[in-house]
Amino acid sequence: MAKSRGFWADWTFGKVAALSALLVVVILIALAVVLYGESELAIKTFGVWKFITSTVWNPPMNKFGGAPAIFGSVVSTIISILIAVPVAIGVAIFLTEIAPHYLRAPVGVAIELLAAIPSIIYGMWGLFFFAPFMRDKLQPVIHATLGKLPLIGQWFEGYTPGIGLLTASIVLSIMILPYTAAISRDSFKMVPDILKESAYALGATKWDVMKDVVIPYAKLGVVGGVILSLGRALGETMAVTFVMGNQPVIPHSLLEPATSITVTLANEFTEADSDIYLSSLFYLAFILFVMSFFVIVIGKFLFLKKVER
Amino acid sequence: MDAVKRRKLVNGIVLILSTLAAFFGLLWLFWILGTLLYKGLGSLSWEVFVGDPPAPGDNTGGLKHAIVGQTIIVFLATVIGIPIGILAGTYLSEYGKGSRWANFIRDLSDVMMSIPSIVVGTFIYAIMVKPFGHFMGLAGSVSLAIMMIPIILRTTDDMLRMVPPELREAAYALGATKFKVIKDVVYRAAITGIVTGVILSVARIGGETAPLLFTSFNNNFFTLNIFQPMASLTVTMYDYAMSPYKYWQDLAWAAAIILTFGVLGANILGRVIAHYKFKK
Repeated sequence: MAKSRGFWADWTFGKVAALSALLVVVILIALAVVLYGESELAIKTFGVWKFITSTVWNPPMNKFGGAPAIFGSVVSTIISILIAVPVAIGVAIFLTEIAPHYLRAPVGVAIELLAAIPSIIYGMWGLFFFAPFMRDKLQPVIHATLGKLPLIGQWFEGYTPGIGLLTASIVLSIMILPYTAAISRDSFKMVPDILKESAYALGATKWDVMKDVVIPYAKLGVVGGVILSLGRALGETMAVTFVMGNQPVIPHSLLEPATSITVTLANEFTEADSDIYLSSLFYLAFILFVMSFFVIVIGKFLFLKKVER
Repeated sequence: MDAVKRRKLVNGIVLILSTLAAFFGLLWLFWILGTLLYKGLGSLSWEVFVGDPPAPGDNTGGLKHAIVGQTIIVFLATVIGIPIGILAGTYLSEYGKGSRWANFIRDLSDVMMSIPSIVVGTFIYAIMVKPFGHFMGLAGSVSLAIMMIPIILRTTDDMLRMVPPELREAAYALGATKFKVIKDVVYRAAITGIVTGVILSVARIGGETAPLLFTSFNNNFFTLNIFQPMASLTVTMYDYAMSPYKYWQDLAWAAAIILTFGVLGANILGRVIAHYKFKK
């Protein structure tokens, strides 16, 4: 019966499509369950709080603490956001308000294309070009300026071999800059022209319009975008692996080599020779997964969802 | 100083500052691109494309193994990722529509899109590499496919929802089944958009290194066997850049420029198609 053949094709297609959609849910749950399962040995051995606060990462002694890696991930993410966000907002203001119209499209596309460059390229550039620049040129400047500041001055003391926490943070900030700038620009663009025109009609300057109309209107979108960039910086691996130094310690100064969760994973995962070593690495991966999960959920559902509505 | 003058002054300062910020940001980015072009173009040669993997300390050899490996890994990832992504997107747009379940899957897929790629790598290591006892190219493809699925799902969903419902209704009125409507009407109307999404997702995963580190690993020999460790441009680049040999480091730059041109080429192609399609 010809009709029944059509029916079965229809039925099968519907089921296969539904299964494919279900697969998304299954993969995400499986990912969480498998990561948890693999890290169970380490969770049982070291506990949760003890693992997060212990600074000892000593593979030959089978002693593992996650504090140096977690510290590196969090600090490098915060510094990179502190550097990238003001610059990205500057770029966004430039692209939406200042640049002449013939420049806006090409510069905007250029920024989007820069976001498409593989992160390993940023890492290689960081290792071969930025690290020596950091060691020879920037270091004396940092010592002379930031190092002299009260309280935070001690964070900028000491000698850097070029690679270290601050170098990695700067490379990371360049890496997320195009991404943050693109989101901020899109949020600024969504501000209705009529609002801006009304403000201009009242005699507002460009900055008044930005400060009192555009930024308040686009606030949620920008904050959401910044949080998503934060998630990206947290999970970024290749751009920082080259320049972090992979020293499992909490450094005294930002100039010294350190490590982060992604750097530890990239460097040590294939070398783990005991079960507890591998399990501890999975534990770190699980912690990274949980951290980025919450960052994404907060950014997407607390801020960006409100923008869509 | 009166208020108007002060406002104008502040305005001027802010405008200068943000222009400077824009140039500061662009400066770094063009420094990186310039370095890439300078180092990469300098080390490109015919040998790089066809040469066998170099021996330590040797000054000959190329990246044939990595280029072929990269192509196989990415191709297999698309073979796995595209059907699942498109079917899941179709389900959301044509079957689930605005239902709670469909919206839940949309949210989850957004979350999945932002999972750190290295975490996906560790996941695949646990479920594919550990049970079989060795790294393999196929595992690399699966981890890339997992990163592709949410991207393709999202674009397919968006593109299908842009197809006007009247087209579907017209086909239903002729007695077509849902499958026929989707296959012959909806897909045809949305094909350019879907293709664009697929190309952009390939561009996105093509440059990924982290998910391959513990899955397809690396192989210093030419292989076509997807059940063995397989070299990729990205992991080869990582290993060669970290090596002490000057020639290997040059090869890493050559790999960098091949990869970047490949990824940017795919990205621009996707944009051009999208531009052409939505301009009309």
